[in-house]
Amino acid sequence: MLGRNGAGKTTLLNIITNRIFPDTGEVLIDGIPVKENDDALKKVYMMSENNFYPAGMKIKEIYRWTKEFYPDFDTEYANKLADMFELSLNKTVKSLSTGYNSIFKIIIALSVNTPYVFLDEPVLGLDANHRDMFYRLLLEKYSESPSTYVLSTHLIEEVSNVIEHIIILKKGKIIKDESREDLMSYGYAVSGKVSLVDEFIIDKNVIGIDSIGGLKSAYIMGQVPKGNLPEGLEISKMDLQKLFIKLTDN
Amino acid sequence: MQINFDNERPIFIQIAEWIEDAILAGAFPEETQIPSITEFSVNYKINPATALKGINILVEEGIVYKKRGIGMFVAAGAVKKLKEKRKEQFYDNFIRKLVDEAKRLEISKDEVINLLERGYDHEYRN
Repeated sequence: MLGRNGAGKTTLLNIITNRIFPDTGEVLIDGIPVKENDDALKKVYMMSENNFYPAGMKIKEIYRWTKEFYPDFDTEYANKLADMFELSLNKTVKSLSTGYNSIFKIIIALSVNTPYVFLDEPVLGLDANHRDMFYRLLLEKYSESPSTYVLSTHLIEEVSNVIEHIIILKKGKIIKDESREDLMSYGYAVSGKVSLVDEFIIDKNVIGIDSIGGLKSAYIMGQVPKGNLPEGLEISKMDLQKLFIKLTDN
Repeated sequence: MQINFDNERPIFIQIAEWIEDAILAGAFPEETQIPSITEFSVNYKINPATALKGINILVEEGIVYKKRGIGMFVAAGAVKKLKEKRKEQFYDNFIRKLVDEAKRLEISKDEVINLLERGYDHEYRN
C-alpha cells in the first residue's frame, strides 16, 4: 500500500484492525465484521509505527504476551530471528533505538502466523543490511506459509519487485488497486523534441510532463502503442517510483 | 550470482533468460536440479509468483521439467534447444541492431565487415 504522507494509510490500517472506528461503512474479514469481534480480529495482526507496548516491558515478555493473544505465534522462530538481527530479548522497549523498535515488531509480524498481517512502515529506521534481511525473510516466510501481507512503505524502489499487488491511496481515496504487473505495464514515458511529443500526446492520458531545453518527456497511462513510432520519439518504461510520483503529484 | 534487473522488460522474462544463460554456460548441467522458487525469490528479492512465472516459461518450452516432490530439473537436450532458439533470435537481436546503428553512423558495409573480422582476431589473440 503506497501513499504520500497524510494520504490515509495508517488511518485505513487502524480502521481495518478496529483501533479506530469509521464514520461510515464497515470492515469485513472473510465476510465477518471486525467491529468488536475477537474471532475476526484474531485473524489479523498489525505492526504499527506507534508503540502500544508498555515502555518498561522486556522484549521476551512482549513475545510471551503475544503468544497469549495469538496462540500460533512461533516463539522459537521469533528467538531465531532475534538472534539474526542481534536483538537482545532482555532489553526493554524504551531502551531500543528507532531501528530496533521496528525490528522487534517485524519479528512479531513474521512469527505471529495469522492469515492477515499488516505492516505499517516496517523498515522505519532500519539500516540497509537489516532492510535487506527483512525483505528476504518476508519472502521466505511467504513462500513457505502464505498469508496475506500488506506493507505500507515509502521506500518504493526497494519493494517494487517484492510485491504482487499495489494499492495507491491519495487524499483518503484508493486511486489504484491492481497487480504490480498490470500497473507497471500500463505506464510509459515518451521523449523527444517538444513539437513531436506534443503531437503524440494529443489523444493520450498524460499524467505528467518534464521539459528540459527543447526536449520533453510526457508520462502516459495506457498501453504502449503498437507499431511504428514517429521518427525521433523514444518510448521507455516507467519504474514504480516514477509512476507513483506522477500519479500522486498535486 | 547477481542479476541486474532492468525496467524495460518484465522481471519474469529476465529470470527465465538468466536461467537460460546459466544452462548455456554449463552452470546448471542437463538432468541436474535448478534452485527452487523460494531460493530464487529470496536470493533476488522478487515475489515468488514472479519466479514461478519465469520458470514456467522454461517448463512450457521443455527446457526444464518438474519432478514431483523434489524440484525443477534441466531437461536432457536443453542446451541444444536453447542454442537453436538463440540462433533464431540472433538476427533480430544483434544483426538488425548492428546494421541500424551502422547506418545511423554512416559506417559502410565494408567497414562493418572489417570490424567483424577485427572482433574475431581479437578473440583469437586472447
